[in-house]
Amino acid sequence: MALLILRRLVQTALILLGVAAITFLLLYALPADPARMIAGRSATAQTVANIRRELGLDQPLLVQFWTYLQGIVHGDLGRSYAQKTDVGSLIAARIPATLLLMAAGILVEVVLGLTLGIIAALRRGGAVDRVVMMASFVGVSAPQFVVALLLLYVFAVMLGWFPMSGFGTPAHVVLPAATLGILGAGWYARMVRSAMIDVLNQDYVRTARAKGLSSARIILRHALPNAMLPIIAMIGIDIGQFMGGVVVVEAVYGWPGIGQLAWQAIQQVDIPIIMGVTLVSALAIVLGNLIADIIAPLIDPRIRAR
Amino acid sequence: MFKSWLRNTTMATVLALTPLPSFAQDTPQQGGDIIVTYKDDIATLDPAIGYDWVNWSMIKSLYSRLMDYEPGTANLIPSLAETFGVSDDGLTYTFKLRKGVKFTNGREVVASDVKYSIERAVNPKTQGPGAGFFGSIKGYEDVTGGKTTTLEGIAAPDDSTVIFHLSRPDATFLHVLAINFASVVPHEAVEAAGGDFGKKPVGSGTFVLKDWTIGQHLVFERNPDYFVKNMPYIDKFTVEVGQEPLVALLRLQKGEVDIAGDGIPPAKFLEIKNSADGPKMIVDGQQLQTGYITLNTKVKPLDNLKVRQALNMAINKDRITRILNGRATAANQPLPPLMPGYDKSFTGYAYDVEKAKALLAEAGFPTGFETVLYSTNTDPQPRIAQAIQQDLAAVGVKAEVRALAQANVIAAGGTEGEAPMIWSGGMAWIADFPDPSNFYGPILGCSGAVPGGWNWSWYCNQDIDKRAVAADSMSDPAKVAERSATWGKIFTDIMADAPWIPLINERRVVAKSLRMGGADNIYIDPTRVINYDAIYVKQ
Repeated sequence: MALLILRRLVQTALILLGVAAITFLLLYALPADPARMIAGRSATAQTVANIRRELGLDQPLLVQFWTYLQGIVHGDLGRSYAQKTDVGSLIAARIPATLLLMAAGILVEVVLGLTLGIIAALRRGGAVDRVVMMASFVGVSAPQFVVALLLLYVFAVMLGWFPMSGFGTPAHVVLPAATLGILGAGWYARMVRSAMIDVLNQDYVRTARAKGLSSARIILRHALPNAMLPIIAMIGIDIGQFMGGVVVVEAVYGWPGIGQLAWQAIQQVDIPIIMGVTLVSALAIVLGNLIADIIAPLIDPRIRAR
Repeated sequence: MFKSWLRNTTMATVLALTPLPSFAQDTPQQGGDIIVTYKDDIATLDPAIGYDWVNWSMIKSLYSRLMDYEPGTANLIPSLAETFGVSDDGLTYTFKLRKGVKFTNGREVVASDVKYSIERAVNPKTQGPGAGFFGSIKGYEDVTGGKTTTLEGIAAPDDSTVIFHLSRPDATFLHVLAINFASVVPHEAVEAAGGDFGKKPVGSGTFVLKDWTIGQHLVFERNPDYFVKNMPYIDKFTVEVGQEPLVALLRLQKGEVDIAGDGIPPAKFLEIKNSADGPKMIVDGQQLQTGYITLNTKVKPLDNLKVRQALNMAINKDRITRILNGRATAANQPLPPLMPGYDKSFTGYAYDVEKAKALLAEAGFPTGFETVLYSTNTDPQPRIAQAIQQDLAAVGVKAEVRALAQANVIAAGGTEGEAPMIWSGGMAWIADFPDPSNFYGPILGCSGAVPGGWNWSWYCNQDIDKRAVAADSMSDPAKVAERSATWGKIFTDIMADAPWIPLINERRVVAKSLRMGGADNIYIDPTRVINYDAIYVKQ
């Protein structure tokens, strides 16, 4: 186990280095001159040149990248061009909101997905099964910005059940979390359904049934834990998925997380923030997968034995 | 000897507070908390750095400057200054500060703070975009060149006197002292903030920043010690950031928001405009902005005056205002209508396809020619460029549209012989202060027709340049009207050479709730966008 974690940590560092290099090259290939943007319209050529020198943008690309890497090692992600402040503190201030949204989103998708998946598996081939599968198909296919605007319009504008935008109370989290969770819930419902159908046909379930156990006990104690295994692996991968989803969801609902920060930074070509958010997201994805890898053997002895 | 042009501060204040005719029926009231929304985070509240139209109005209200404007107008008034005088040669400006004005940290504002603040804005280490405005102060080059950090041309002989020595007469200098970059800041607060003054601002303006929760909101409260009595009107305004314009508008309609700062998304504009309360919620105001097409005088066949005049007649400007949902008006001269010097009687080149064709034939292009039109690539600019392209095709000119990133268009414009035509949309030109000279030097003067410059027509008329220098030397504040008229004539004379096709003057739209009071021109104030000092809540 310790070896696994150590190996994964080394991999993580390498992945982050790769992500940093690729993002850095892509962003600096952009046809936008940050010094020009900071300087504004009426700046003289001299002002622009001064700013370029102060930012080190007159240095060769490799030197700039090396300086950036040295900063990262010291926990310094640079300064935002647009907001003129430390990128690390901007991201840190927004991480709790994003974590809260992701946790709520995962809760929605797991609860919704499991429930629907079990129901569909038990009523396999029936009308309920077909409705659930159709709904999950729509959930998987619908673009998130459409779902976000639809939920916002129906539940906040027309019905007025939830606030339209903002952060702070439990009511604020419902619509963003639902938007984020609906996509995953569709996948989960489909996976749980097929895993459950598979497990329900296993010998030990038949044995349990023959022993006269209640069907609730059979499903929850015997079938579900085994059907859960692929789901746990999915949650780890989902963290990565969510990192993409939060950009849209946070922008629509005015949620003060790092997705919103990324959205603004992209529009303003604020390269240090885009770099910072990309690195933090990459870190989250790698960590999510690592956690899934660590938890899986704890639940499934078969993996541990290997 | 100084020719003094003294003005009693109380008089100025009375003037500033005189209700404007358009809202004479409901009088401003003290009190009220309001909510303002914006899509993007507030960049910085450091007056030496902040330079976008969102933080511009907040910085205006957090700090004070020697000079300011009457709300809703372009009329200069003394602010931190009690009185001032200009020497006959226009090279020396002397200001007497008001006594007893305090920063919100409790310390009194003294003359050396003014000197410090401007030196800080000019210092290259600050990375401020506004350094160039102070170019006429003696010793400017030494500071921007890094030789020293103190401006030789600013003296503070005692706590209440500031003297500026200029290296050349600059009739815009009072405007320069009214822009945000000239805001007075306390050095001890700047030092204590350790490079983060933009997030921990301290000034002596109408409002104080009470709270800033990153990514969520900023809370501004009235400064109870502000030096003008009964200013501002509202007690507090909370700026909520990260709000999508569409959502902000829905919230405004429900009464949760008072000002939707990003205005109305184009898709919703007509719906709101035609709704029952719509007209009372939309503030649609003019800005000091002109959108234009540059005709490169150094590229064939645009070097031919007749060709440039013909192209001026070829564009259907009204159709372009329709592309913008009517949020623009057709322009016929470089200056926007709100700018002093704008000539109402000037008609310019009227839209006339037949006459344009005839002129082109006269110039030797009966079947037109091929050229290239540059534009930025963000909506709606490419659509406008296409409309221009169609209009040009109607007179036989085949223009290839090159829609590129803003930086690339600016680079092409600043390269000699590169871009025949550029549509300025999304790049240029909004005046930084309401003075006509701001529309000349960089964009139409010889000094701007250099590599990396903004004079994309590469237009350089030595005679006009001389007249511009003469107009800018008319520093005597008593000659303001004469100077504006001189400038106005310069711009209409430039149109005889037709280096531009002046296209439109874009308007800005702000949406406000029904309880907000005040004339439209304090929600879209020509010098500060939303004037938080002058808006009020109806009781």
